[in-house]
Amino acid sequence: MSVSEPVLLSAAEVEAALEALADLVTDAELGRWRTANLGRKSRLSLALRSLGRRPVEERAAAGRFLNQAKGKLERGFRDRRAALKAERTRALRPLDVSLPGRPLPRGGLHPITLTERAVVAAFASMGFHVIEGPEVETEYYNFEALRIPADHPAREAMDTFYLEGAEETPLLLRTHTSPNQIRFMERQTPPIRVIAPGRTYRNEATDATHEWMITQTEVLAVDEGLTLAHLKGALYEFARRMFGEDRTIRFRCDYFPFVEPGVEVAVSSPRGWIEILGAGMVHPEILRNMGYDPEIYTGFAAGLGVERIAMLRYGIRDIRRFYENDLRFLRQF
Amino acid sequence: MRVPLKWLGELVGLPADREALAARLTLAGLEVTECETVGGDWKGVVTGRVLRVEPHPNADRLRLVTVDPGGPPQRVVCGAPNVAEGQLIAFAAKGAVLKDPRTGQDRVLKKSRIRGVVSGGMVCSEAELGLSAEHAGILVLDSDAPPGTPLVEVLGDRVFVFDLTPNRADALSVLGVAREVAAFTGGPLRPPGIEAPREGSPIAGRAAAEIHDPDLCHRFTLALIEDVEVAPSPKWMRERLAAAGMRPINNLVDITNYVMLELGQPVHAFDYDRVREHRIIVRRAAAGERLTTLDGQRRELDPERLVIADPGGPIALAGVMGGADTEITPETRNVLLEVANFDPVTVRRTARRFDLFSDAARRFAWGLPAELASAASSRVCRLLAKHAGGRVAEGIVDVWPRREAPVRIRLRHARLPQVLGIPVTPDTARGALERLGFDVDATEEDTLEVGVPGWRRDVRVPDDLVEEVGRFLGYDDLPASPLTGAIPHHPPLPARELRERVRDLAAAAGLHEVQTYTLLSDAELEPFTDADDRAVRRPLRVQNPLGQARDTLRTSLRPGILGAAARNLERGEPAVALFEVGRVYLPRPGQPREEERAVGCVSGVRLDRFGNPTDEPLDFFDARATLERVVAGLGILVSWRPGEEIGLLPGRVAALRLCGRGKGVRVGVVGQVHPETAERFGLDGDVFLWELDLSRLLDRAEGLTALPQVQPLPRYPAASEDFAFVVGAATLAEDLLEAASRHPLVASARVFDDFPLDRRQGHPAGARSVGVRVRYRAPNRTLRDRDIAKVRRGILNRVRTACGAVVRGNG
Repeated sequence: MSVSEPVLLSAAEVEAALEALADLVTDAELGRWRTANLGRKSRLSLALRSLGRRPVEERAAAGRFLNQAKGKLERGFRDRRAALKAERTRALRPLDVSLPGRPLPRGGLHPITLTERAVVAAFASMGFHVIEGPEVETEYYNFEALRIPADHPAREAMDTFYLEGAEETPLLLRTHTSPNQIRFMERQTPPIRVIAPGRTYRNEATDATHEWMITQTEVLAVDEGLTLAHLKGALYEFARRMFGEDRTIRFRCDYFPFVEPGVEVAVSSPRGWIEILGAGMVHPEILRNMGYDPEIYTGFAAGLGVERIAMLRYGIRDIRRFYENDLRFLRQF
Repeated sequence: MRVPLKWLGELVGLPADREALAARLTLAGLEVTECETVGGDWKGVVTGRVLRVEPHPNADRLRLVTVDPGGPPQRVVCGAPNVAEGQLIAFAAKGAVLKDPRTGQDRVLKKSRIRGVVSGGMVCSEAELGLSAEHAGILVLDSDAPPGTPLVEVLGDRVFVFDLTPNRADALSVLGVAREVAAFTGGPLRPPGIEAPREGSPIAGRAAAEIHDPDLCHRFTLALIEDVEVAPSPKWMRERLAAAGMRPINNLVDITNYVMLELGQPVHAFDYDRVREHRIIVRRAAAGERLTTLDGQRRELDPERLVIADPGGPIALAGVMGGADTEITPETRNVLLEVANFDPVTVRRTARRFDLFSDAARRFAWGLPAELASAASSRVCRLLAKHAGGRVAEGIVDVWPRREAPVRIRLRHARLPQVLGIPVTPDTARGALERLGFDVDATEEDTLEVGVPGWRRDVRVPDDLVEEVGRFLGYDDLPASPLTGAIPHHPPLPARELRERVRDLAAAAGLHEVQTYTLLSDAELEPFTDADDRAVRRPLRVQNPLGQARDTLRTSLRPGILGAAARNLERGEPAVALFEVGRVYLPRPGQPREEERAVGCVSGVRLDRFGNPTDEPLDFFDARATLERVVAGLGILVSWRPGEEIGLLPGRVAALRLCGRGKGVRVGVVGQVHPETAERFGLDGDVFLWELDLSRLLDRAEGLTALPQVQPLPRYPAASEDFAFVVGAATLAEDLLEAASRHPLVASARVFDDFPLDRRQGHPAGARSVGVRVRYRAPNRTLRDRDIAKVRRGILNRVRTACGAVVRGNG
């Protein structure tokens, strides 16, 4: 059978194949040449595989010839490929490397998100844990439990949005994050270290420094032995993390019905003291109402405006920018 | 509240450094928001006494004047002919800002040498101070101010503008501020004289008062001043009132206002002859009673309102405003003076009811001590006698049904360091409290017994005294102590973790985060709310909104983000890709359910290699891609199948439902906004929206908070094969893939192309070719052709049965 006939490869065939290499230009042509001359079904491979069927006396010489041929063909292929690559590299034209890259889609986080995260991270580093509460509140949590009874003058300063309906238990949009203090203390026992970020609402006209919707963050710690000096220590640490290592803070006496003493806290800046938040020692009456003995437990609380902090950190002059959502503004963060 | 410093300075010695005083008061809780100048502001100009006048050695018309400017004497060269020894003059030191008399421009005074003599300042003319054009001679002051007094206080005045906190009703007066100044600076307090010459016949029998509701009126006094002469009040009083922000009217009105500002106690003057029977009844108004108030408004009263009445009816709204009928006029001869103490809540409610937050109402609403009434009455009488020629009747009518006992508080020494965090000795505490007007008994070993002065109605518990000590000492020396002690363990908050992850994922998918208002208009919500549902559960509305555009609590994030997209596209952005994560407020009885949603919005055109807008609009699959990223990042499996959603275009909406645990629970949607809806938000082109219900995901999705568990990498190679299936228009690629994947040796199946087929080539209408690439792999061996052939037969069977799909070209 012809199948059993050994395949022969002549020197001329090898030379012809090597000569043909010089005309090859593309990778595809090279590939086809390689398959035809070095592949599993090439004459070379077939000849090598059928070597055993040749007479014994021819095998040594034929084997040597075929191995040399294989070496030549492989070398020829490698050289041609290298030459082509070098030629192509030589032919490359320089790029204008100053052209921009292809644009990738770019998203980003809102400055309030970024700032709230920074605030949370600063307090988290001091062992504070995040809690959250409802924005639609009752008068009890927003006012009464915080020692702001009906007709208390402090309500004047907190223009409140009331909701329609629900006359017997009026509902309102919380004016501060302080209701979280009560909601958390009702359920937990000391020690407490929590921070409660969220949206709050004041029914007031807007201008460059006033918004009717504000993101606040409440800070609350209750434990044995906490003092006003610890409040100062925590807020000092916070100020340095938010605004830089060289910052200091200043307390001035202020009034919030749910703390005693109450302070307004300012952070130093190249332009003088900038007030950033209100704080104080949790009023003993509130601790007592929560079932904590104020002779044993003391606590501090603070409430800060995230927008205000963001304005200071990013040099934003107008608070209304935050909720306009202009992409020219949002892309800068 | 505005406090003119000349007035304040009369009641207490003021330190020279006004700025430092303002700062001290601010730190102690009386915030000075502004330090205004009334008149001119002459920086660096003070009063100076002329000590000597000598001739100039080198000039006949110039003289050398030695001035005492309240510090080391200064020698200046002066050309004015009217300068003389002993005069009090305006002295400008080096660095002062003066007007150039020729140009009228400001210039800074420098040290100069005039004809060989160094001049250490200048004696000013009126022109140099900008007072007039007078430049021939120097200004000679008619004042007994000591040398070194800032000129502004001699010729003008300064005003501290306070923003007081409502606990400090006691500081709503010049005297109240003076008490604080005295406490903090040690300056002597000089309370105004209140003794009045009572030379008239007794008031008894000529006026009477009764209180019907002692809960609402704690004290009521009347005084009678006869034969007053209405005239302008003295110049100093008019100046002070004007500086304090009150318009001077005549001596009667001005004196009542003056005493209110000075002592903090509102007073009201009736025309005695117009009060019927000269008899006052303090009572609740009867329903339907009316009163025309001073401002000419006719007001309908109700039993909530406390009124001052005479036997004929109401003549004043207690604590808020007087009535027109009994008002004092230029013809008034006899004044019946009411000074009373009302319940703060009543006054507040009435002031709010009629929107009349007058100076008087504010003081009553913040709370006043009843003791102050008689003192203020006497002070008014004294001034009326002096400046209105009145004759004060002997005695007063004084109805004071319930006296409050003086408040005494026991403060343990240990409480001070327990709250303040610094050691405070009992002596220090005692000294601070006494300076602030408290009466301290320190006879007990570990406790101070403290009597609270009547005017400090805000001090009631020991910690109030702790604050008094704290603010007296100041908080500057308070150490910043680091927090110590065990860090408490509190329960985790998965909702927050999910929300923040969604934010990061959406931003990484190329979306910009927006934050929009939670209040919007009902009209904005309407396109996204089911009409039937709205009938049952109307979105919550605000009673007192800022405007119609913001009167409804959002039940959807969609209106907000569409608004943000519209504004940016309107402004010329070629494309927007936005997201928001926030709360919606779903009505139910009681407090609403506050749920969290994430919403994304994509609209506009694709950008080219240089970021230029192209003609190719962004489409459904651009929007879906961003949501896919978020969903994949959360590690949840969902199906994307046609759905319906109000406000979105039918046929272009995919509903996301959970696979695995909670299978079938709808957690989100993506689709094209209905063009009619888009139009309502001012959006013109195609707009795509997606939404994820984060609250529901948190409730129902599996593995949200779990970490991904890593699968070992495959050890054996995969073989892949491409199929081109012919399917009908309604066939879902997802079904095709699902059918193809349902064999353990199928590692994955995905769509690699999708195109419509031509009817002219015999395909049914709507037929498509969907290319599916299947990868086969066994976990434990390399697959052989015949293994694959078996799996392939199964795939072809399943896609035919499930989707009616056949391989293209195979008939």
